[in-house]
Amino acid sequence: MKAYKTIEEIEKEIIEEFSLFDSWDDKYEYIIDLGKKLPPLEDQYKKDENKVRGCQSTVWLVADYKDGRIYYKADSDAVIVKGLISMLIRVLSGQTPDDIVNAKLDFIREIGMMSHLAQTRSNGLLSMVKQMKNYALAYKLKNAG
Amino acid sequence: MIESPTIENTLDVYAIRKHFPALGRKVKGKPLVYFDNAATTQKPQAVIDALVDYYSNYNANIHRGIHTLAEEATAAFEATRDTAREFINAESREQIVFTAGTTEGINLVAQTWGRENIERGDEIILSNMEHHSNIVPWYMLAQEKGAVIKVIPINENGELMMDEFENLLSKKTKLVAVVHVSNAMGTINPVQSIIEKAHSVGAITLIDGAQSTVHLDIDVQELDCDFFAFSSHKIYGPTGVGVLYGKKHLLETMPPYQGGGEMIKEVYFDNVIYNDLPYKFEAGTPNIADTVAFRAALDFTRQIGRKKIRNHEDELLSYATEQLEQIDGLKIIGKAKNKISVISFVIDKIHPQDLGILLDNGGVAVRTGHHCAQPLMDCYQIPGTTRASFAMYNTKEEIDTLITGLHKAVKMLS
Repeated sequence: MKAYKTIEEIEKEIIEEFSLFDSWDDKYEYIIDLGKKLPPLEDQYKKDENKVRGCQSTVWLVADYKDGRIYYKADSDAVIVKGLISMLIRVLSGQTPDDIVNAKLDFIREIGMMSHLAQTRSNGLLSMVKQMKNYALAYKLKNAG
Repeated sequence: MIESPTIENTLDVYAIRKHFPALGRKVKGKPLVYFDNAATTQKPQAVIDALVDYYSNYNANIHRGIHTLAEEATAAFEATRDTAREFINAESREQIVFTAGTTEGINLVAQTWGRENIERGDEIILSNMEHHSNIVPWYMLAQEKGAVIKVIPINENGELMMDEFENLLSKKTKLVAVVHVSNAMGTINPVQSIIEKAHSVGAITLIDGAQSTVHLDIDVQELDCDFFAFSSHKIYGPTGVGVLYGKKHLLETMPPYQGGGEMIKEVYFDNVIYNDLPYKFEAGTPNIADTVAFRAALDFTRQIGRKKIRNHEDELLSYATEQLEQIDGLKIIGKAKNKISVISFVIDKIHPQDLGILLDNGGVAVRTGHHCAQPLMDCYQIPGTTRASFAMYNTKEEIDTLITGLHKAVKMLS
C-alpha cells in the first residue's frame, strides 16, 4: 500500500520551506515560480461550470475521485493565484474527503499569505478553498448515501 | 468649531501632504504610495477633526430638538447643504438632497422620477463607459416597465461617439444618464453638449458626477442638467454621504423615495402630508456626523483652489503617461484628449491582479480589475486593467516609485 503524507505533514513541509525566505519578494518569487510550473489545465476543462466564483482572476477547478481519495487539477489566468493554487493542490490533492473537509489549512497563515484569504483581496483563494471542500463534501455525502 | 488649516497660495504638494495623516504610514515596510484615489481619496486632518469635534461636542439629532446641542448640530448639518450648493452652483439649497452617495442618488431618481415617468417602450440612453451604479438602477427600472436601454458606443480612445449618440436620440428617449468622467479611463465627456441634445428631444438628463466633482469646476446651472449626483468620499470627505441635485420642478413633482420620519409634515393612518424640499427625500435620521465633516472637505478643497489642484494633477497625468509608455508591452486604455488624472493600462501577458499584488508588496496602492464597468472591459475585450489615479497630494517621486515597481513586477512575472 502506498504511503500517503497527511495534510498536516505537507503543511509542515511548506512552512519549513517558507521559513528560508527572509523577504516578501523572495516569497512571491517562489509562488510565481510554482504558478509557472503548475501544468496548464486542458482546454476541455476550461468551461464555465468549472469556474470558481468570486475571483478577480479566472480560476478553473476540477476534481476526480479515485479509490477513496480526491485528486484536483486547476488553472488560472493570473500567475500568483496559480502559485497559491499549486500549494493547495499539493496539500489537498490525494487526500480523503474526510480529511479535506476537516483541513484547517493553517499553513496559509503561517507563511504569511492570510491576506490572500481575505474577502477584500478577491483573488479567490477563499472561494478556491471552499470549492475544494465542497467537492470533498459532495463525494462524502454521495458515499454515505 | 475647528478652523480649517490655512494653506499658502501656491500648491505646495509637500505642505498639502502634511494635512493627510494616512499618507505618512508604511505598507509592507515601505512608504505608502496611494494611487487609488478614484476609488476613494484620503481624508485631511480638518475632516477627521470635524468628525471628532461633532461627536465630542454637539452630537444630537437634528431638526426638531429645541435644546442647544440639537440646534448646533442642525446648524452644522444645514451649513453643509449651503456649502454643497455653492460648490456646484445650484440655484437653491432646497435642490441639494443628501444621500448615502452617488449610487443612492441615482437609485432615488430611478425609483421616484423613473417609476412615475418611464413607460413601456420608452428609451433610456446610457453610455458604454458607465459604472455599474449608473447601469443597474436603470436596468431594474427598464425590466419593471418594459423600457428599452440604448447605449452610446465609444471609440478606440475611450471617447463617446457623439454622432452615434445623436442617432440614438428620438421622441422615445425619456432619459439620458451619462457619467461626467469615466472612473476606469478618466475620459471627460462633453456633457454640456449631451444635455443640450437630450433636451432638444424633450429627454431628462442625469449626470453621474462621482469622478468629476473632485477634479472639475461644476456648475449645474451652466450644464443645465436635470439631475447631478456625487459622493463626499471621492472629494476628501467621509464615506456614506452624497448629494443629489435636481431641478426644482422635477424634485417638487417627484414622489418621495423612502417613507419615515423627517420626510413628513402630518401623518394620519389614512393620509400623509409630505415635507417640503429637500426633506421630502431625506427620511429618517441622516448621517449627521459625516455630513457635517463633508463641509470641511469642501472647504479644504476650495481653500487650496480647484484650478491649482487640476493643474497639479494634469502635470502628474502627463508625467505618468510619458513614463508608462516607455514600458515594453504596456498599453494605456483610454487615451481621450480630454481626461482627468486616471490612467488605466494593461501589460502584455500579465494579469492585472498579479501586478496589483506585487505593487502592493512595494507599498504602491493601485486598483486592478473591471472597475465596476464590465461592459467597458467587454468592449476592449480585456478582463480588467491596472488603474493608477492621482489626487492633489500625489507627487512625481511617487510616480517614479510606481514605475520602478512595475519594472520589477514585470521582470518577476515574465
